[in-house]
Amino acid sequence: MLSVRNLSVGVDGKTILRSLNLEVRAGEVHAVMGPNGSGKSTLAQALAGHPAYTVTGGEVTYLGRDLLAMPPEERARAGLFLAFQYPIEIAGVSNAAFLKAAINEMRAARGQEELDAMEMLELLEKKLSLVDMDRSFLSRPVNEGFSGGEKKRNEILQMAVLEPKLAILDETDSGLDIDALKIVAQGVNHLRRTDNAIILVTHYQRILNYVEPDRVHVLFDGRIVKSAGKELALELERKGYDWIKEQPAPVQPAA
Amino acid sequence: MSTSQKTLEALANRDYKWGFVSDIEADTLPPGLNEDVIRAISAKKAEPEFMLQWRLKAYRHWSKLERAAGEPKWANVTYPPIDYQKIVYYSAPKRQGEGPASLDEVDPKLLETFEKLGVPLAERQLLAGVAVDAVFDSVSVATTFKDKLAELGIIFGSFSEAVQNHPELVQKYLGSVVPYTDNFYAALNSAVFTDGSFCYIPKGVRCPMELSTYFRINAAKSGQFERTLIVAEEGSYVSYLEGCTAPMRDENQLHAAVVELIAHERAQIKYSTVQNWYAGDAEGRGGIFNFVTKRGKCAGRAARISWTQVETGSAITWKYPSVILQGDDSVGEFYSVALTANRQQADTGTKMLHIGKNTRSTIISKGISAGRGNNTYRGLVRISPRAANARNYTQCDSLLLGDRCGAHTFPYIEVGNASSVAEHEASTSKISDEQLFYCKQRGLSTENAVSMIVNGFCKEVFKNLPMEFAVEATKLLGVSLEGSIG
Repeated sequence: MLSVRNLSVGVDGKTILRSLNLEVRAGEVHAVMGPNGSGKSTLAQALAGHPAYTVTGGEVTYLGRDLLAMPPEERARAGLFLAFQYPIEIAGVSNAAFLKAAINEMRAARGQEELDAMEMLELLEKKLSLVDMDRSFLSRPVNEGFSGGEKKRNEILQMAVLEPKLAILDETDSGLDIDALKIVAQGVNHLRRTDNAIILVTHYQRILNYVEPDRVHVLFDGRIVKSAGKELALELERKGYDWIKEQPAPVQPAA
Repeated sequence: MSTSQKTLEALANRDYKWGFVSDIEADTLPPGLNEDVIRAISAKKAEPEFMLQWRLKAYRHWSKLERAAGEPKWANVTYPPIDYQKIVYYSAPKRQGEGPASLDEVDPKLLETFEKLGVPLAERQLLAGVAVDAVFDSVSVATTFKDKLAELGIIFGSFSEAVQNHPELVQKYLGSVVPYTDNFYAALNSAVFTDGSFCYIPKGVRCPMELSTYFRINAAKSGQFERTLIVAEEGSYVSYLEGCTAPMRDENQLHAAVVELIAHERAQIKYSTVQNWYAGDAEGRGGIFNFVTKRGKCAGRAARISWTQVETGSAITWKYPSVILQGDDSVGEFYSVALTANRQQADTGTKMLHIGKNTRSTIISKGISAGRGNNTYRGLVRISPRAANARNYTQCDSLLLGDRCGAHTFPYIEVGNASSVAEHEASTSKISDEQLFYCKQRGLSTENAVSMIVNGFCKEVFKNLPMEFAVEATKLLGVSLEGSIG
């Protein structure tokens, strides 16, 4: 589904990702872990096409297409979803209006007709229960005046509604209490199917208690320095990140 | 310039789809202004003597102002001098005999013009619950639902008819809120105004439908000088809306209107404007000079007047819909969205003049600047010494799209007693790259993202518009920012 080869990315002239390699197949959940400043968020933002992140080398294939050649909205319409670490506020625009616009863009991209008001409401109601929110959530302006937990749950709601092929969650679990964490995990597990994939970018092992990853990668200094099964997360939890820094950078196995 | 900035600039370019010209035979006076022209206008309209005298007094006052200092220069706008002798002051579609008695007799070309503008005048096609007075160049061509309103004692129709049929009301109220001495353009309008709408709501009557006037400039070189007068008697209610468009022309055309509102005790007037005069092209050629005086008077206790305006058109907008809060406990409100794109300039705001005790006013102003547009909010809140316990809340927000536009705020606050409170909040923001990226990550195009963010910015104002028009205004902003990307 996603093939990242030798990807190098810079911000403001500073190199963050250095020849990063990552293979994600349909049906898989990958956890990308690493200490602060290792480049986790840069990877997430670069894959989504944030204009501030400049790709200086490498290539990315997504569902057989050259991802880097696609503008951000094209990537989104092709089913790539980013749950933001810091969701953005849009004053005066209701969650419902925002979701409606997004859903209809996605549907148009798939050649489907727009949903009418009733169908839309039905869909949103169903998804709201998934993130344990009531209908009043829809009439509030996008992320404005939301608590940290509400913002993260709103990201999960959007993800649930848009049903992406590839969801990238950028530290969605950070700063959440245990109840909110479970709700986020539930949203992720709900999305988990054989025909889509999820990349969980996270600092902590905690969420992996609720979402079982197929692969765990450790990102350090702009490179993936270790990849293994879910047991790696527990090892990181026990030992911290320091021992990783001593490891020689392995050659990424080809998929 | 970053890519997103370039896109925003491109978005500021706009298509004006109301810019067509109707080929209609007109009865037109030659350009120029003097006492003979005033007499000719008054004679064409077969006006009673008091009207002619009032016009002449206004004209003499205006001539004095013109000789002394010319037009006012304090506004934050620039434009070449206007030659008032080159303007046509009267242009009306030619009509047979006494003019149309019913819609069936209106020139089909006129009906077609309004149809094309989305203002069908045939009552069966009308938006349910909206009565329309259609003004084409200098005259009102049709008013719908007139009979139905008359059953309730409501008078709604053209100003010219009101002068003929209700001269006592016109004489009593004309100039009572905006005297001809008020300012340069008000004096000019008083001298030469040709038509407009008149509306009278009797005591205790709640007007059951939205009243609306649609203004259309068609003739070249003509100015439009209409006058609207709304009187709401004790305990009555009316909601009124005006819309306006004009053909695309390379020359500027002058629109100098006057609107007067009088709300008696416990009466409420809601006045909404969706102004979409031709704005000129991307280089600033052509467009309407919209120099308008609008003022309402809360004459009685607990009267209430609200102005809601969505200003997206005109090359230059110069208007300050104001409220004189004379009655104790009266309420004045001003909700405004002003958009300036390309080379448009707007100097707009309000005046809230607190005279009565416990009077309250609210001002919400949203300015949006794009392209090389220049947007100024200018507002006066004056609380007189005897206006004890007066309250004002003002909020002025500016949104900048791109880096070549301007936003300015000039608030004037004068509080004359110790028991009153005036609050002022202001903000200036840009659509951030982060907001755009967030929207795009959810699949929205740049156009849709900008349109959504801008509409969100204006929401507090739009929610005060009558429903049908809120939808219209939302679309209009979308269209105004719609561009030629790629």
